[in-house]
Amino acid sequence: MSEANAKLEQFRGEARAWLAANFPRSLVGKAAVYMTYDLDVPMEGDALAWRTALGEKGWGTPTWPTEYGGGGLSQMEARVLQEEMHAIGAFNPIPILAGMGVTMVGPTVLEYGTEDQKQRHLPPIARGEVRWCLGYSEPNAGSDLASLATKAVDKGDYWEINGQKIWTSGADISQWCGALVRTDVNVGKRDGISFLMFPMDQPGVRTRPIKLIAGASPFCETFFDNARADKKDLLGKLNDGWSVGKRLLQHERQSQTGGAPMGGGGGSLQELAKKYVGLDSAGKLRDEDLRLRLAQHLMDAKTHSLTLARVAAESRGNAKVTAAASILKNSATHVAQARAELTLEIMGGNGLGWEGESFNDEEINAVRAWLSGKAMSIYGGSFEIQNNIISKNILGLPETTQKG
Amino acid sequence: MAALNEEQSILKDQAIAWINDNGPVAAFRAMRDSGNPLGFEQATWSAMADMGWPGILVPEEFGGSNLGYLTFGLILEELGKQLTASPLLASGLVGAAALILGGNAAQKKACLPRIADGSRIVTLAVDESTRHDPAGIALAAHKTANGFALSGDKCFVVEGGAATDFVVAARTAGNAGDANGITLFLVDGAADGISRTLLRTADSRGYAHLKFANLEVSHAAVLGDVDNGGALLDAILDRARAGVAAEMLGTASQAFAMTLEYLKTRKQFGQVIGAFQALGHRAAELYTEMELARSAVEGALAAIDADAADVPAMCSLSKCKAGAFLFRMSNQLIQIHGGIGMTDEFDAGFYLKRARALETMYGNQGFHRARFATLMGF
Repeated sequence: MSEANAKLEQFRGEARAWLAANFPRSLVGKAAVYMTYDLDVPMEGDALAWRTALGEKGWGTPTWPTEYGGGGLSQMEARVLQEEMHAIGAFNPIPILAGMGVTMVGPTVLEYGTEDQKQRHLPPIARGEVRWCLGYSEPNAGSDLASLATKAVDKGDYWEINGQKIWTSGADISQWCGALVRTDVNVGKRDGISFLMFPMDQPGVRTRPIKLIAGASPFCETFFDNARADKKDLLGKLNDGWSVGKRLLQHERQSQTGGAPMGGGGGSLQELAKKYVGLDSAGKLRDEDLRLRLAQHLMDAKTHSLTLARVAAESRGNAKVTAAASILKNSATHVAQARAELTLEIMGGNGLGWEGESFNDEEINAVRAWLSGKAMSIYGGSFEIQNNIISKNILGLPETTQKG
Repeated sequence: MAALNEEQSILKDQAIAWINDNGPVAAFRAMRDSGNPLGFEQATWSAMADMGWPGILVPEEFGGSNLGYLTFGLILEELGKQLTASPLLASGLVGAAALILGGNAAQKKACLPRIADGSRIVTLAVDESTRHDPAGIALAAHKTANGFALSGDKCFVVEGGAATDFVVAARTAGNAGDANGITLFLVDGAADGISRTLLRTADSRGYAHLKFANLEVSHAAVLGDVDNGGALLDAILDRARAGVAAEMLGTASQAFAMTLEYLKTRKQFGQVIGAFQALGHRAAELYTEMELARSAVEGALAAIDADAADVPAMCSLSKCKAGAFLFRMSNQLIQIHGGIGMTDEFDAGFYLKRARALETMYGNQGFHRARFATLMGF
């Protein structure tokens, strides 16, 4: 065994021992309860103790530097930690509790933030105590994000913000917001944008949840009426928010490359098919067409996970954001949406359940997950926007969208 | 692409340099125009043998370099890019795999050094109809006083014109469709009981139909176990599939490169056509499909090298993914090039024809999707 491997195995032992001592056994099997965006689940008792232990150890954000509340682990160590958690049914709720804090705001603050910003903002995220939302899209700035109109005016001591954001996930329950705002209207649309951070609990901020096709959703409309951001909470340079914001979106894509289904259970589709459709005497699914489409889907899913592993191996454990993120996001979306469609098709009539006693939870969840999963190819840069990025940034083809 | 070790990098660079000098598409075109019935030039094959390529899988004690399937795949991919014609896949990969997996000590000693030095071309004769159906093998091998007598037909034998030896999958028990009762034989291609019909196919590769007329072979010709050759045949076929998939990836990735170059240079309506979003998005989707296919191809080759439990599923996955991408890419190569793509003077047609031929080789996408379902238990 190489020295690096031996060191990694030693870490595995440490992680296993720490998890055994700190992960409450009462939470085994409860990942689904705490790892969703269902916000009615209270953090108390063993769940609170687990969050606190994980936060103090820094392992809720395992690869962040220890001075900002992270675990200071390498990518390889973080993967080992994840394996060990998985092995005993443990889970890390902190990235969920922090909203957009762990996956997007944190990495961007680490890169662009001042020392003061890192000290103030990162540790509460790492402890899972502060939830962040992101003010990006506006009613008239979706895929064409740079045309955003929410304005921030320099009032000497603070920035005064007016305008409206939409699709702000968790805005109604977040304590902090990172938003792209227009700070100069007299320059090209990408040149007058800044990234501001401000608390949500203030008189000038109002939120309204949006009901989606799947029912209640974490998305909100967010209105700013003379809201304020502290001068020291400008992230990156003034009017350089487009670079900061794009970087954050790369982190977002990176976090959306897993291809995991949104809710609806992660069980084996072939087992589900056997249960609902059944096998014939030759051991084949009783629906030949579905059988082959299911095989195709399982191959697509396997190929996606092979590609994730290949990209990780080729970047040699270095988690730097790669150009492959757009490919992986589109592939993950394709796999997850196909899985949701196949799940309903396997369930047949039972894959129509909306609510009520005639359908079991798995069926109702599958329907909701199918619907909410349609957002995957829209948020974080739509399928088409990812293709713009691939054709321009990877293939070197000309810009096809409007310039400015 | 997979993170390569130093040996692999050197071999890959050597292959690229040699193919550019000696085996570009222009060489394939010249071979086709000459009407060469074997489908490759002897000089090309000799040069490959001199570089040790047919021995990449062969253990060192038998004169090879034992570098494994992932390494072999790198060469096949580069050859696939330029459609370089040779029996390297049929003999260096499939023939060698048959001997390595199924040969006894005497067979290995007699055969592997000569596969490695290119003096023998050993290919697999498996299909008996226009469809790939290993379970349906019916070519009969009757037991005789001294061994077996083989009677029946084999179709579309890859490099069947140039082969010196055949690995023949025959039925020694049971009926067509039975999993058991298959035996593999290593037979001399020059034997009197074998007649060959060389095929003139659209892709100009050297296929042949074989007819076995009571060909007598001894027990020494049996590769592996009598009646229980089905698993061995599957293992050989899986390696063949993984190898073809690597060649397909190479062929498709070159078609992609040609198309991308055209998108950047061809002007219509006052701009390069790659500036049209319809084509930019198509290129992005093809590129995405290529990256995914590469993972499947490299994954299958690596699984074989690691002797992983999921080799059968990985090889079906690889053949399917590479096949789907090559099909789409070879068609888009012509579509995006427009009229010029339809001319014989341009190379696009070669890629389309080869794509169609490779799709049928060792099982098409439909075969492998169904096999994957069976392997997954449904």
